[in-house]
Amino acid sequence: MAIIKTNGIGISAVSACVPSKVERNCDLEYLMPRSEIDKIINTIGIEEKRLADDKVCSSDLCFAAAKKLLYDNEIEPESIGALIFVSQTPDYRQPATAPILQHRLGLPKTTLAFDVNLACSGFVYGLSIAYSFASQAGIDRVLLLVGETMSKIVSRYDKVNTPLFGDAGTATLIEKGDFGNAVFSLNSDGSGYEVMMVPYGGFRNPSCEEGLKLVEDAAGNRRSEEHFRMNGMDVFNFGMRVEPKDIGCVLSESGVSIDNLDLLIFHQANKFMTDFYTKRLKLSPEKTPYSLRYFGNTSSASIPLTIVSELKNSYPNRERVVLSGFGAGLSWGSVLLDLRQCRISDLIEY
Amino acid sequence: MVDEKQFLQNFADQFDDEPEGLSLETLFRDIDGWSSIVALSIMAMCAEEYDVILSANEMENANRVSDIYNIVNERIEQ
Repeated sequence: MAIIKTNGIGISAVSACVPSKVERNCDLEYLMPRSEIDKIINTIGIEEKRLADDKVCSSDLCFAAAKKLLYDNEIEPESIGALIFVSQTPDYRQPATAPILQHRLGLPKTTLAFDVNLACSGFVYGLSIAYSFASQAGIDRVLLLVGETMSKIVSRYDKVNTPLFGDAGTATLIEKGDFGNAVFSLNSDGSGYEVMMVPYGGFRNPSCEEGLKLVEDAAGNRRSEEHFRMNGMDVFNFGMRVEPKDIGCVLSESGVSIDNLDLLIFHQANKFMTDFYTKRLKLSPEKTPYSLRYFGNTSSASIPLTIVSELKNSYPNRERVVLSGFGAGLSWGSVLLDLRQCRISDLIEY
Repeated sequence: MVDEKQFLQNFADQFDDEPEGLSLETLFRDIDGWSSIVALSIMAMCAEEYDVILSANEMENANRVSDIYNIVNERIEQ
């Protein structure tokens, strides 16, 4: 594991934007019988998700969230030294989306801007990069834009993934200040790259007619090779092996006991999995906020979305907070930080 | 050695409607109510009760209750 420790850097503001279109899981009767839907909703804890329209990209949701953050906190665009865009649903295969967002947001041309291609661990990874840049003398503020529109890569005829995934865009401002210490643990295991993937449409398996054909699997899911696929049992096994251990690692590196932890914000994978990890850690369930009931699993955006939707008016104790993400790659990471100075904007719709 | 009776009870508890007459020889995929969610629940039960983490392959290749029971026993003895 890579351990990164910083001091005097922190999150000063967070905002989030979700599409206005709601899809309720109870309306998925075209996909499976009612009794099965009820059981799935009960297990994964997701009642509804937000889905972006065809013409709305992850970057559009992030742009709206960033505008809101800059306005609410009276941040001058000139004060932003770096913009990092984390997503696996960028605008184009080339160029990167971050410079486009730099231009759209009116940030100066002196802004360094680049994309990070990671899934559910992406927010923690992006945060570690943002903290590292903000530690430098030449950069005062970093804008971390994390968004995903999984609805564009999940087949509507996929019984596993359709109930799970929603869309969201978020903006997080990282800067120097009296934020105390932060400890990151970052990890990878590429031997499991096939556990969650979109096999075609890149350069290993370029787009082709064959790759776009809808094929039905033994369980009745219909997907093309350009749709997202996931082996749920492998993901659960992966999470069981790494999540409690990684969270234990940042706690131990920080000298904080599980009893003294104020909050643990998981990547919102699904309630079955994260409830299980909470139990394994012997942490009170009251310390693990959830946004997935109304927004589903929004991949890399799920942690900042949870901060906005759940911490705006609740969870006043936030001095010792762990954020933890795990997913495709395989890639996982956790961070212990202080969120007391984090200003949270109202959730907006696109 | 894992207590067989307790293991069978733990296994049966993962189904919404507890199956009657569950034994180590039962083909658990044939039980009414079997689903991928029950499979995940069994994996969670093995981790929670016996601290044994089953891989997806182990779960997918198992058919009889004894297949899971034997894996748990082997891991505990290691």
